[in-house]
Amino acid sequence: MEIPYTVQPRPDTGVYNGKMGIWLFLASEIMLFGALFSSLILLYIGSPEGLWHDSVSHLSVPFATFNTLVLIASSVTVVMSWASLKMQDLGKYRIYMGLTVLLALVFLVVKGFEYNEKFSHGYFPKTNTFYAVYFTMTGLHALHIIGGVIVNLYLLFPGTKMWETEPERFTNRIECAGLYWHFVDLVWIFLFPILYLML
Amino acid sequence: MVTHESHHDHHHHDEGFWRKYIFSVDHKVIGIQYGITSLIFLLVGFCFMLVMRYQMAWPEKAFITTDQYNMLGAMHGTIMVFMGVVPLAVGAFGNYMVPIQIGAPDMAFPRLNMASYWVFLPGCIVMMLGFLTDGGAAQSGWTSYTPLSVLAGSGKFWDGQTMWLLGMVFLITSSLLGSVNFIVTIFQLRAPGLTFMRLPFFVWTQLVTAFLLLLAFPPLEAAGILQLMDRLAETSFFMPSGLVVSDVVQDQFSGGNPLLYQHLFWFLAHPEVYVLILPAMGIVAEIVTNNTRKPLWGYKSMVYAAIFLGFMSFLVWAHHMYMTGMGTAISAFFQTTTMIISIPSVVILTAFFISLWGGSIRYNTPMLFALSFLPMFGIGGLTGLPLGLSTSDIHLHDTYYVIGHFHYVVAPGTVFALFAGIYYWYPKVTGKRMNETLGKIHFWGSIVCMNLVFMPMFGMGLAGVSRRLWDGGAVYAHAQEVLHLNEYSTWGAFGLIFFQLFFIVNFFGSLFSKEKTDDNLWQATTLEWCAAPSPPLPHLNFARIPEVHRGPYEYSVPGHKTDFSPQTMKETEA
Amino acid sequence: MKSFLQLWMPSNASTHGGSVDNLIFYIHWLMLVLFVGWGIFFVYTLFRFNRTRNPKADYHGVKNHYSSYLEFAVALIEAVLLIGFSLPFWIQEIAGAAEENTDHDIELRVIGQQFQWNIHYPGKDGIFGKTSPNLVDGTSNVLGLDRSDPNAKDDFSSQGLSIPVNKKILVHVSSYDVIHSFFLPVMRVKQDAIPGISVPVVFTATETSPKDPKKSEKWEIGCAQLCGTGHYKMQGDLVVLEEDAYNTWVDEQVKQALEEGEAW
Ligand code: HEA
Ligand code: HEA
Ligand code: CUA
Ligand SMILES: [Cu+2]
Repeated sequence: MEIPYTVQPRPDTGVYNGKMGIWLFLASEIMLFGALFSSLILLYIGSPEGLWHDSVSHLSVPFATFNTLVLIASSVTVVMSWASLKMQDLGKYRIYMGLTVLLALVFLVVKGFEYNEKFSHGYFPKTNTFYAVYFTMTGLHALHIIGGVIVNLYLLFPGTKMWETEPERFTNRIECAGLYWHFVDLVWIFLFPILYLML
Repeated sequence: MVTHESHHDHHHHDEGFWRKYIFSVDHKVIGIQYGITSLIFLLVGFCFMLVMRYQMAWPEKAFITTDQYNMLGAMHGTIMVFMGVVPLAVGAFGNYMVPIQIGAPDMAFPRLNMASYWVFLPGCIVMMLGFLTDGGAAQSGWTSYTPLSVLAGSGKFWDGQTMWLLGMVFLITSSLLGSVNFIVTIFQLRAPGLTFMRLPFFVWTQLVTAFLLLLAFPPLEAAGILQLMDRLAETSFFMPSGLVVSDVVQDQFSGGNPLLYQHLFWFLAHPEVYVLILPAMGIVAEIVTNNTRKPLWGYKSMVYAAIFLGFMSFLVWAHHMYMTGMGTAISAFFQTTTMIISIPSVVILTAFFISLWGGSIRYNTPMLFALSFLPMFGIGGLTGLPLGLSTSDIHLHDTYYVIGHFHYVVAPGTVFALFAGIYYWYPKVTGKRMNETLGKIHFWGSIVCMNLVFMPMFGMGLAGVSRRLWDGGAVYAHAQEVLHLNEYSTWGAFGLIFFQLFFIVNFFGSLFSKEKTDDNLWQATTLEWCAAPSPPLPHLNFARIPEVHRGPYEYSVPGHKTDFSPQTMKETEA
Repeated sequence: MKSFLQLWMPSNASTHGGSVDNLIFYIHWLMLVLFVGWGIFFVYTLFRFNRTRNPKADYHGVKNHYSSYLEFAVALIEAVLLIGFSLPFWIQEIAGAAEENTDHDIELRVIGQQFQWNIHYPGKDGIFGKTSPNLVDGTSNVLGLDRSDPNAKDDFSSQGLSIPVNKKILVHVSSYDVIHSFFLPVMRVKQDAIPGISVPVVFTATETSPKDPKKSEKWEIGCAQLCGTGHYKMQGDLVVLEEDAYNTWVDEQVKQALEEGEAW
């Protein structure tokens, strides 16, 4: 006897276990980032006039715009990798998944430069509440990216073994990893305008 | 009915000791791991409180220092809630019973299940390590209000409060993994024929609980991360400008908001209290129907009430913060939601009371505990009402009245329901029955002592005695007339631990009893009794996935041969 | 109910306290009725339907739905208590305090500090002198008064709260370190003292406090929020005086403050 619906969707719910699991996980992530965004708003309201605005002006919009494009591109490639598997093309999957990981690494490197620049100009989380929010939220987001990279690397190398034995289940895994990856992108799409452009 | 040939597990292959008992992916083993761990923590939490109660009753002896008192208090609350009751109610009972009650071979993600225990345990250990740091464990209450908690201790990594926060992050992660697993399991792995309205009420409560854990915990995780930043990176999320501590201006902090922390904390902690009560109600439903031999009255309305309760519990959090100086509109909103949320509890309790009418009640130990849950939760719930209106809360907020209120719901309420569950399901897990005489001594002793501990607290609260006082209020003039009540409470607590000895002896002693029970000794209708083989249950639970033909509590159905009609029974067999 | 609860509660000596108490009484009536009502039902069923008396359970049990009326009634009573008592009170007494900043007889500041209550009196001029956290000194200047400010000359601090009877008192509650909670049991006043925030509270005492009180008769300020090691002893005295006595007391304090001021 096996655990049912690990691969095929259950007729009355219309999803397989893993997909429901990842959606639920993302719901909790929304609550996590939702709490942080609410905190941001509250702290912003309580901050002295102009303080946040001045701090924002030290952020580098070009860097961040570039990073936004990188993440959007990686969202596309991760879909392509899943689509390749759907079309039974493991080779293409490898290329697209590899690209996704690569783009994520580019994002992290750029972010690293950005952080480094801030530190070298003497802006630290403790500088003021804006920087506290900025570093905490982008840092937490970066941690999510790193988590995604680790999972994707696993799926790219050792995880691929599953393709031989259970191709459908493997494809599902890529779908779930992709959903997570979209979510991480989405968080950035919120973070970018709010932190860099609006305040 | 169970086919007895199916007892042997054909899939059985020898796993090593580690795989089988320590890093097992079997939900039953994980359930037992959770169970043992949480029972030990309940005992630890209780022992902390015994020390504190001794101190409160006889403050002139200065048995412990004020720092130690605050540490034990903060850790009592944290341990009881996060390492005791929730892991026992959800981690142990939920993990063990939910898959079997819905006819599933295991949880949907067995390895995630294992991971959730192995994140939970390190979390507990990290938090307890706080006691070994120089400053001792966390001592800012289980609420860890800022700025107190950020200023507490050394502010370094090796520090009680930091350990508390780290431990919390572990515990939250663990319960997130667990709750995803529960929801998917209940939605996806229900046996054929087991529609939502045929789920045992216990499964329903676990489902709602899982949603609460899933959605309410992340904000606390956010709060924990931000507080860690405040402590370790000197940010000022929760720290306002202009703090002066012992004449030293804390100018590293500026611009933060201490109330933000309270909002984030209570956004979790209010749903959390319903996490403590819902599974308890589920257990009571199982036992009450079984021992009255009749269906639950108003099953559907109870289900809707539980869902509504879960939903509303996200909208009442600021009733813990009336005295922070909130405006009329906000206070009006939260008072209204608080009054609204009391109604589903009234509905559920009413349904329980009416369920008893017309029953054929047998009084065994699980039933006694389950029945006593009702009035005890009633007292606790009713005393929540004056706290829920901000006007009456002016006098009662943060006094012993609050302590009395919530202990009536969690201690003689939830803890009694958990005892009931242990007595009820012990035979299913071990194949042995717990001793009835010892059980009854345990029950009568506990119920008398529980009331002796907590009833006096209402008197003290009305008199205006604040909570968390090292000397039990001896400094205060307005406490003088009720100070003697501290002693009653303390004697009650000592009595209570004495009667727990009967339980502990019974719990371990019954393992060695020679008599083996059969697979459905309570003559129950739900799947864990009527479709699962006698214990020890095989890996993957069932030889064949059962098919369900009826609702969960079909007792004494007119025209049926026996007074219980198992869920697996076809209409034609009746 | 009233006399039973009053057995436990401290006496009430403020104008608004009666409303607080009344709500507590009413709601306890509701609780009592529910508890006794269901309690009787419960005990009766346990007795009437035990296995020996009723060997065969009734599948249907109670068929009517009268209980819905009961649930509705509970909801209704709660609504009445909420809309009829709690909300109006909050609007008038608590939220009103913020707007009525001008309409009061005496204005004071209360600042919580580990582990004592400091009351800032503005002195004869009724104007609070400037304060700054940098000047706070636990022994000589608990308020952090800026002595160079002329308005601060006659300001003084006290670790107990002395007020005149029958006067509308406005206090601004705040804290310099952690969160405390300013609690006057006999006045039915409780307000968290939160650093960085100042919250206005208004009350009027209707009686003077006992003259030479024994320990158990004293009126006090309590701290209701855990604020650290000394939380248990963060107690202060509340003294309500006749107006004349109060004025004399203030004069003395101001005089002393001015004398000390010479030294600054
Ligand atoms: C399991 C836990 C649990 C439960 C179920 C509840 C239930 C409720 N709680 Fe409680 N509460 C806590 C745990 C819980 N609480 C804790 C832990 C705290 C303190 C935290 C801290 O500060 O440390 C707290 C504090 C707390 C406060 C803040 C007090 C303060 O700090 O000033 C408030 C205020 O509104 C409140 C209200 C309520 C209400 C209205 C309910 C309602 O849901 C209750 C509804 C139930 C009923 C109305 C009973 C109905 C019964 C009958 C109809 C039948 C009666 C018949 C017989 C008994 C025979 N609670
Ligand atoms: C689920 C939650 C829970 C539970 C069950 C309890 C149970 C008890 N609590 Fe606690 N308590 C809290 C949650 C809980 N408490 C919280 C959140 C606070 C606030 C903390 C703060 O101020 O920050 C608090 C505070 C608190 C105070 C106030 C302290 C203060 O303000 O300074 C007191 C005072 O008496 C108290 C007493 C007790 C007692 C006597 C019990 C007894 O009922 C205990 C009974 C225990 C058992 C019945 C355990 C039985 C278990 C076994 C016998 C194990 C058997 C073992 C094996 C088989 C291996 N508690
Ligand atoms: Cu100040 Cu407690
Ligand atoms: Cu609450």
